[in-house]
Amino acid sequence: MSLSISLTVNGAVRDVTLNDARVTLLDLLRERLALPGTKKGCDRGQCGACTVLIDGRRINACLTLAATLDGAEVTTIEGLACGDMLHPVQAAFIDHDGFQCGYCTPGQIMSAVGLIAEGRAGTDPERIREGMSGNLCRCSAYHGITEAVLDATTRIAAEKARKSA
Amino acid sequence: MNLFDYTRPASVEAAIAAWVPGAAWLGGGTNLVDLMKTGAMQPGKLIDVTRLPGLDRIETLPDGSTRIGAMVRNADLAHDAGFARAFPMVAEALLSGASGQLRNAATVGGNLMQRTRCAYFADPHSACNRRTPGAGCDARGGDTGGMAVLGWSPACIATNPSDFCVALAALEATVEVQGTGGKREIAFADFHRLPGDTPEIETALQPGELILALRLPAEAAQFAANSRYLKLRERTSYAFALVSAAAALRLDGGRIVAARLALGAVAAKPWRVASAEALLVGQAPEPALFARAAAEAVAGAAPSGENAHKIELARRIAVRALTAAAQGTPDRMPALPASVFGEPAHV
Ligand SMILES: Cc1cc2nc3c(=O)[nH]c(=O)nc-3n(C[C@H](O)[C@H](O)[C@H](O)COP(=O)(O)OP(=O)(O)OC[C@H]3O[C@@H](n4cnc5c(N)ncnc54)[C@H](O)[C@@H]3O)c2cc1C
Ligand code: SF4
Ligand code: FES
Ligand code: FES
Repeated sequence: MSLSISLTVNGAVRDVTLNDARVTLLDLLRERLALPGTKKGCDRGQCGACTVLIDGRRINACLTLAATLDGAEVTTIEGLACGDMLHPVQAAFIDHDGFQCGYCTPGQIMSAVGLIAEGRAGTDPERIREGMSGNLCRCSAYHGITEAVLDATTRIAAEKARKSA
Repeated sequence: MNLFDYTRPASVEAAIAAWVPGAAWLGGGTNLVDLMKTGAMQPGKLIDVTRLPGLDRIETLPDGSTRIGAMVRNADLAHDAGFARAFPMVAEALLSGASGQLRNAATVGGNLMQRTRCAYFADPHSACNRRTPGAGCDARGGDTGGMAVLGWSPACIATNPSDFCVALAALEATVEVQGTGGKREIAFADFHRLPGDTPEIETALQPGELILALRLPAEAAQFAANSRYLKLRERTSYAFALVSAAAALRLDGGRIVAARLALGAVAAKPWRVASAEALLVGQAPEPALFARAAAEAVAGAAPSGENAHKIELARRIAVRALTAAAQGTPDRMPALPASVFGEPAHV
């Protein structure tokens, strides 16, 4: 059964024909749209490495069938920076050593972007840790990750305040 | 994963008409797609119900009950301010389950229908009566640490993994469903089934019936000031319950005038014991009383393997949840929902 979908990925409209409905968003991104930044860890919803935003909300791309996404807007790690200008969450991960091997990092960063947009964790480290619990890090860079998310939360809030002033 | 057809009908009527034997409704896919990857579920057709109109709303009905559409996402329900104020225990149960990402995808209907986490069930190379009737049960004599201690049968010792459903059972929700025979309502107590000789029949839903909504009666909101969901797990977040408890009290003049208590992850359905609740009513909320009620709640429990510890843990989590409920619902959702660690219940 072939299926045609149209979705926006990192701002660009992509028309995709799937030759069968089994393709997950994760495999679509990595293997058909040449966007390998989104990582495959467990492929079963248990690690968060595949986290992307759909219509601004963070989800696990490995459990999302691409066929369900007709008309959706997807943001991946490749879509965060503006040219050489890093997104504040990306910059904060570098400043705070929020990674070691880096494999979980795209998922961590996308999850943090989603968490900050949700706006409920604020600057409480415990709420940030809880909010980021869907992203495992085998290198256990958790301390740096929490510091990075805290810092990015503050930077994004300051930027917003400056823009609305 | 097996090959399957995919369809996204535009109305409830069209969805019901699209159902054929072997088809499955697709909600957020967080359970179904996972089990299709292992091969434990092999539907020939997926009927995507997530965009059905009118089922993504939370509304108050004229009789004061709250109706939650089956397609409302778990995160949206837990964070709906009005809902969380009226049913803080349900919100806490939801937020103690899975992760931020999964809750954004998971639907109310899918949560009710999620399958057991028994590892042998998920693995098609293991014998499992629930997956293949009559095949046997490789869990028995296998890894039984997380298995049922109440209501199990020789055919199946698996538990229902949902946190949400434990709180819903305590608050006497009803489930609205529709099939080719029309609409009907199922009381939550009758929704999930104990295994008996037919573990493959997991719920009261008939083949081809679709969950449309969930309803919480007006009285359920009367427990808002004194209710908690507590959950023990192997790590503080992003883990299924080893045991859990939903406890809700209505206090008046220093006495308990109404009480609800349900245990989670101990049986194939949320475990609510009317006699334990009856012990509480009319009494002053005191430790000795909570200990008696908790003991009553696990009366009849028996290990189904190397899991006798779960009986004691269930008894203790029931005492903790009743104690926390009597202290009062926290003003703000705890930073670690349903955890016995971290900040005290009262903040
Ligand atoms: C890593 C991980 C950790 C998790 N941790 C927890 C946890 O701690 N606590 C917890 O409670 N849950 C947990 N979950 C489970 C999660 O809550 C469920 O997967 C989710 O609620 C299922 O909802 P869904 O919409 O994605 O369902 P789907 O996967 O789409 O469907 C699940 C089942 O429900 C059926 N279905 C879906 N919608 C309907 C409907 N409207 N009517 C009738 N049938 C329907 C489907 O056919 C399927 O059989 C976890 C899941 C994962 C992957
Ligand atoms: S306990 Fe139940 S679900 Fe697990 S293998 Fe046995 S029959 Fe299957
Ligand atoms: S790859 Fe999706 S959660 Fe692990
Ligand atoms: S940085 Fe290596 S897994 Fe997280």
